[in-house]
Amino acid sequence: MSKKSKYAAVPYLVWMVIFILVPLILIGVFAFTTTVQVDSEGNVLTTEEYDTYVADLIAEYDEIGEDYDINELLENDDITEKTVFTLAHILEVSKYSSVLINSAWLALIATAICLVIAYPLAYMISRMRESRQKLALMLVMLPMWMNFLLRTYAWMTLLEKNGLINKLFGLIGLGPFEMINTQGAVVLGMIYNYLPFMILPLYSVMTKIDSRTIEAAQDLGANGIQVLGRVIIPLSMPGVATGITQVFVPSISTFIISRMLGGGTNMLIGDLIDLQFLGNAYNPSLGAAISLVLMVFIILCMSITNQLDNEDMEGVLM
Amino acid sequence: MKKLSLFLAAALLTAAVSPIGVSASDTEELTYSDSVDWDKFRGQNITINVYNWGEYISVDDGTEGAFDTNRAFEELTGIDVNYTNFASNEELYAKLKNGGSSYDIIIPSDYMIARMINENMLEKLDYSNIPNFELLISDDFKGMDYDPNDEYSVPYMWGMVGLIYNTTLVDPEDDVYSWNILWNEKYAGDILMFSNSRDAFMIAEKYLGYSMNTTDEQELRHAASALTDQKLLVQAYVMDEIFDKMIGGEAALAPYYAGDALTMIADNPELAYAVPREGTNLFVDAMCIPKGAKNKEAAELYINFMCETLVALRNCEYIGYSTPQKYVLDYLDPELANDPIAYPDEATLANTEAFIALPNATTQLIDELWTSILTASEAEPWTIPVFLLACLGLSIGINVYRQVKKKRNV
Repeated sequence: MSKKSKYAAVPYLVWMVIFILVPLILIGVFAFTTTVQVDSEGNVLTTEEYDTYVADLIAEYDEIGEDYDINELLENDDITEKTVFTLAHILEVSKYSSVLINSAWLALIATAICLVIAYPLAYMISRMRESRQKLALMLVMLPMWMNFLLRTYAWMTLLEKNGLINKLFGLIGLGPFEMINTQGAVVLGMIYNYLPFMILPLYSVMTKIDSRTIEAAQDLGANGIQVLGRVIIPLSMPGVATGITQVFVPSISTFIISRMLGGGTNMLIGDLIDLQFLGNAYNPSLGAAISLVLMVFIILCMSITNQLDNEDMEGVLM
Repeated sequence: MKKLSLFLAAALLTAAVSPIGVSASDTEELTYSDSVDWDKFRGQNITINVYNWGEYISVDDGTEGAFDTNRAFEELTGIDVNYTNFASNEELYAKLKNGGSSYDIIIPSDYMIARMINENMLEKLDYSNIPNFELLISDDFKGMDYDPNDEYSVPYMWGMVGLIYNTTLVDPEDDVYSWNILWNEKYAGDILMFSNSRDAFMIAEKYLGYSMNTTDEQELRHAASALTDQKLLVQAYVMDEIFDKMIGGEAALAPYYAGDALTMIADNPELAYAVPREGTNLFVDAMCIPKGAKNKEAAELYINFMCETLVALRNCEYIGYSTPQKYVLDYLDPELANDPIAYPDEATLANTEAFIALPNATTQLIDELWTSILTASEAEPWTIPVFLLACLGLSIGINVYRQVKKKRNV
């Protein structure tokens, strides 16, 4: 690579430092630190000690009847805040391990179903005539032109007890079925919203498979299943790996789908993080700790899927 | 509370004495007062950021004679309004604490105002810019507990929490005048519940016969376990989504704010409203200016505008909440002014309690309990660290194995 072309990466590097690296560091800082009150001798005050101290101070000044600013008083008394390292937040995340497991499980199901639906479809599209391919791809992308929230909201009205689907069932004397506010509805929301992210990478890999490769396999006596198992699947593995990552990662961290379709009773890890930053339980440190745990988990999942497009793995799978 | 009911009795009396049909014709004569110079900021290209509850202001909804509050303000003063919504006091609090966004007007509830005052998050108001506070706000709403010296806030609306139920889905034999019904297994899957901790705990505490401002850890834990039991029966935890769900007949029972109950009943006559006898919460939402507001004076002009009788009347008509204004009731449609949902009788009011700001430790405990109610699981504290190490180890292992294998093949 020439020196000049290296400079072309500068804009992205700057972007990466500002918007990826710095926030990551901040998350780490939030997750591993806590503020404590320290008195003039450097002793750490417990919450109770601090509260009684403040209460005493207020009582004292109320007795004199003077105007005061409590923050100023504390400053005068050399009570200061200090940031110290702590593992407490990470330990606290343990309380929510079942939420993490549940999120991972639902995301896994959604990813598996997406793969099953998308794989044959992507193959079919890739074997179409060029002009048809464009049309088919447009149809795949079409739902993505609408706002994400709107699409999920539409599912709400479809799945509700008095929703369209139950009304249709009612016409033929079935139901009503419990559909909304279930885990199934959450998985459905994930599949619906993220399916295109599975189809597109699969398609782009499959269009590159030369038809002559498949014909060659057939000429050499491979039957349909053998062609699929020994030629198409190994060659499309990079697409599968990308697709899985692109569906699994947003699925496991989603919060709006579970809130709208899960009714707030099927809480996912994303909801939990949202609750720490924008919800009732305002606790950014715990939120950062959960995000950190989620990130490590996703890194693991990605290194496993990366195995899939490893060239050495060809044949091993079958 | 006594003061309030006296005021109400007086208001009802005036409404009764004044000739029928007064409202329709008289409101047209209402104009903006000249209490302040509305044109002060015209042409200066100022924008104020207003952060309010969802469905909490009169907007142009296409009906005849609809009043768009923010547009009217823009026309009157030449100040642009950037209007956004929040769904709960806690969301508002978190947004302000996170920083980064700057608002000029916020409209939190009583207990949140007290908490924000404690935490030095609110700007003191200059009441000389808000003469309407002195002129038009009823004395019963001055010197409230959350802001005893009237330094930080101007009341916007008040109301209470009650039980909204669907008459076609609730058995008439069952007692809707008790919070007990929210724990009745008959309605499993048909109950909606507040998704904010303070209101949800209020209901559980009243159900168990405690104060809604309890700081007793034992009582709070009992309330939390009642809420955990109730979770099995709850269809969904909601805030503004309740409108769609109750109007569409998705659920049978839901506790919510009286003013919104009126809106929902107007859209679906099958709905009805009851105030449980165990008591409930009476709240005041008031306009405040947060620290760091960029256009404080323009914001004060906005507060003064919101207190104008005409504006308060239109907002009151539109959102159905109860007004703290002196003269609005005289102009209000008698049907609404006499509606027991919006303006309940003395006995009901006497049985209410207002939220106060809780000590930090209690707030923290409630938040913790609430999160664990929603996620409900117990596990050893070491599980996550061990899990993390395993994840890291595994992914490093996989990658190292790959590299080694690659090298060997080369």
